Amino acid sequence: MPEKPKIAFYWCASCGGCEESVVDLAEDILMVADAVDIVFWPVAMDFKKTDVETMEDGSILATMLNGAIRTSEQEEMARLIRRKSKILIAYGSCAHMGGIPALANEFERSEILKYAYEDAPSVINSQHTYPEAVYQDKSRKITLPVFRNIVRTLDQVVDVDYYLPGCPPTPKLLKQAVLTLLSGKLPPKGTVLAPDSALCEECPRKESKPADLSFEHFTRPHMILSDPEKCLLAQGLICMGPATRAGCEALCINGNMPCSGCFGPTSRVKDQGAKILSSICSNIEAKTEIAIDRVLDEIPDPVGTFYRYGLAASMLRKKIAEEV
Amino acid sequence: MSTFNGNGQSIPKIGFYICHCGHNIASMVDVDKVQKYTASLPGVTVSRDYKYMCSDPGQELIQKDIKEFGLNRIVVASCSPLLHEHTFRVATEKAGLNPYFFHMVNIRENVSWVTGDKEAATDKAIDLVRAAIQRVFFHKPLVKKEVPINPDVLILGGGIAGIHAALTIANAGKKVYLVEREPTIGGHMAMFDKTFPTLDCAACILTPKMSAVKNHPNITLWSYSEVEKIEGFVGNYRATIKRKPRYVIEELCVGCMDCIDACIYKEAKYPDEFNLGMSKRKPIYIPFPQATPQVVLFDPDTCIDFKSHRCKKTCIEACDRDAIDLKQTAKYEEINIGSVILATGFKTYDAKFAPQYGYGRFPNVFTSLELERMVNASGPTSGEVLTKEGKKPKSVGIVHCVGSRDEKSNKWCSKVCCMYSLKLAHLIKEHTGAEVYNFYIDMRTPGKGYEEFYDKLMNEGVHFIRGRVAEVTDWALAAEEENKLTIRVEDTLVGVVRRIPVDMVVLSVGLEPREDASDVRRMFNISCSNEGFFLERHPKLAPVSTFTDGIFIAGACQGPKDIPDSVAQAGAAAAEVLSLICAGTIELEPNTASITEEFCSGCKSCIPLCPYSAISFKEDTKKAYINEALCKGCGTCVAACPSGSIIQNLFEDEQIFGEIEGLLRFAGIDLAGSETKGKELEHA
Repeated sequence: MPEKPKIAFYWCASCGGCEESVVDLAEDILMVADAVDIVFWPVAMDFKKTDVETMEDGSILATMLNGAIRTSEQEEMARLIRRKSKILIAYGSCAHMGGIPALANEFERSEILKYAYEDAPSVINSQHTYPEAVYQDKSRKITLPVFRNIVRTLDQVVDVDYYLPGCPPTPKLLKQAVLTLLSGKLPPKGTVLAPDSALCEECPRKESKPADLSFEHFTRPHMILSDPEKCLLAQGLICMGPATRAGCEALCINGNMPCSGCFGPTSRVKDQGAKILSSICSNIEAKTEIAIDRVLDEIPDPVGTFYRYGLAASMLRKKIAEEV
Repeated sequence: MSTFNGNGQSIPKIGFYICHCGHNIASMVDVDKVQKYTASLPGVTVSRDYKYMCSDPGQELIQKDIKEFGLNRIVVASCSPLLHEHTFRVATEKAGLNPYFFHMVNIRENVSWVTGDKEAATDKAIDLVRAAIQRVFFHKPLVKKEVPINPDVLILGGGIAGIHAALTIANAGKKVYLVEREPTIGGHMAMFDKTFPTLDCAACILTPKMSAVKNHPNITLWSYSEVEKIEGFVGNYRATIKRKPRYVIEELCVGCMDCIDACIYKEAKYPDEFNLGMSKRKPIYIPFPQATPQVVLFDPDTCIDFKSHRCKKTCIEACDRDAIDLKQTAKYEEINIGSVILATGFKTYDAKFAPQYGYGRFPNVFTSLELERMVNASGPTSGEVLTKEGKKPKSVGIVHCVGSRDEKSNKWCSKVCCMYSLKLAHLIKEHTGAEVYNFYIDMRTPGKGYEEFYDKLMNEGVHFIRGRVAEVTDWALAAEEENKLTIRVEDTLVGVVRRIPVDMVVLSVGLEPREDASDVRRMFNISCSNEGFFLERHPKLAPVSTFTDGIFIAGACQGPKDIPDSVAQAGAAAAEVLSLICAGTIELEPNTASITEEFCSGCKSCIPLCPYSAISFKEDTKKAYINEALCKGCGTCVAACPSGSIIQNLFEDEQIFGEIEGLLRFAGIDLAGSETKGKELEHA
């Protein structure tokens, strides 16, 4: 009996939702387990780093790595896995574009640490103790991973072959990806394994979007009772659908929530946030500067709205403090 | 990540040429340095500098190199694309290369003319050239499309300019729609009595042209009408004209005016607009005896039947042609035209904004336009110049430059006021024998026979006092000032302040853009200059063209102008229109946008943005579609398409990013190498 192809899963800066999505394959996971050997999956099975180190380079067919890269440990693991895998797949929004963790790029490392170790309401740290990469306690030397200045996408650290988008990717896309891998008919390197048009294409509310939409006001889901049939943009809610890759089958919209953009832009767009801004702002009803400002003030957190998942991969990338 | 720098793209063979433009460029930009630098850039096969690239030998240089070295991209650094892009594209095409493999860099208007710093100029020229070199890597061959020109013409405004343009085009056998907002054509000229400097009777020379317009088989005259909407592009415009209700069927009315006589108002009661409120008219009226068309109209604001529906309607009884229709509503006409001439004219400065001259406070302060009506035989006083008390004035002061050459109102010279003031001085003297004083800052009389007219006036005993009038007052300081208006002025030639008592003051009001000029500008998608007059394409070489192809301007809507200049411009605009029509077709620039249907999600974001209404939503495919013939390549939809599914020829993302990268290299920024930048950040 020929050896089954080897598959691995790994996580970096992530919430665990991506791991959950693998389990969400439900009974299909049996099909996966039948077809492949899972050789490394720390969240579910007991493997050690040394197990991976002893593997031959390139011996893993594919690794699905989720999570963004913030620490030196994550970098190290990403490089190790890259070496051991024929195919490396950035799995989920964080590995793909930085995801929610990359919103931390709005702040300096020092600001983040100060908040987490001193200012947060639940913290008492009268001695101002901060984590240090190396700590010498008499004869003992203790090390911690280095907390880098920015959060990066996986492809900003190692070479990535494919991307599986979503927060998290849907079981359907994962299953398709696994089948594609097993079939051996691989798409061109760099492909995002989802359709390449925007979400409106598969949105059940597409028909209800008027052709002459112009925005008089913006609102947020908790502020209105939204019509469950009508285009959310037409109701003044910021829906990232027009600037977001399709493939999720409008999951959020079916839950009466606007798309928040987790699938990222289409292949033709470099900066998802800039694109939706360009589109929305072109269609703002107000024409005077004051009136325009008033409408834009109704979007309290523009970066968190337009770059919720894509800040690290965007042209903005990181707020740089003036003195740097 | 996509490639910015031509990876995976075969390296082209670029020919680069930098133009000295005589001394225009070479005196500020080190052309030799730019040429040598460019020669070292990847892809550059030939790099040369030349005195005049636009000259025949300059163009032949490019053509020779294309043949000899097999060049497949041409970059010329010279003047503005507006001036010579076409020249070089044609030259490129003649050598067998697609003209869109040519790209132009403007290092004259954008570099040498705007700085005195040679080093900075040379550096900037290098940056711009590098941007262009990196851009042309991604250029693609494009093909121009031809569309036919609709030979019908829309002319907006029935003043002398509109009338002259209409007749010129109609006489050439082309169909004209002349749309006038007022109930009659004729414009300001119809209000004048005589014209300077020949003292021709304005009506005598104008009314034959007005009738000719009315009777011309090629002219459709729509008076009392306005353009509601215009869409399309050069050669293929579509306009909607609103014909306001006159409550009289134009085709039936013969202008007998029996209805006016029969109106239950026996006496005219309401201010007559044509005579600037100095006489009265009835609710049913005709603006003036030679009004064209000779059709009466109702004023619904004053007609009893419109207000209470309880009039006996004697007017309707009096009309034996059943031409009166009080239920008439606005009619909308849709027309297809290929070109438009805007001849919407001017308005005069509102003298109330110069309170020191007392207009509106003192009954005997008149505007020059009111005087024009007064001296006119068909005017409110049948040609008598009379004070409000009904007496002939013994002395009259004419104040020049009211609302002109003034920091507080309008800075510009209105060009016609000196001459019309001289004319009015002559006519007042002729009609009344009064002493006439002209208060002027400078006398401006350039024009054929104009200076001679000024000489003539001086010999007629008209007084000229050089100085801007400080005020007109009724506060008498001396016995001779009692019951008179005193003009206080510094006589700058004598060097004293003078007080001159007069019976009547005439304010020579300046010319201004119409109050709705900016609405018209927006509707026709043209520009206005700072003062609000319509902006010509080039102040010297394209005075009647605009930046929108197929839209032309004539007359005082472009700037203050006298009758001969307005007529000359109207003729020029007509010639431009006829040249378009005779060409029969027009080539459309291929820098249009198109939607990749496969990728379009049908989000409709682009549809309301198109200023040319070129984008529609196809119900069968649920995708957006751009009509290429309507697209002007403005790029609005391209930038706004949230899924990046609209592509614009000549402005594709990789071309623009290539250009940006070339440009940013001066600051040591390398977009393609941003990964390195990331490493720096990571360890910061």
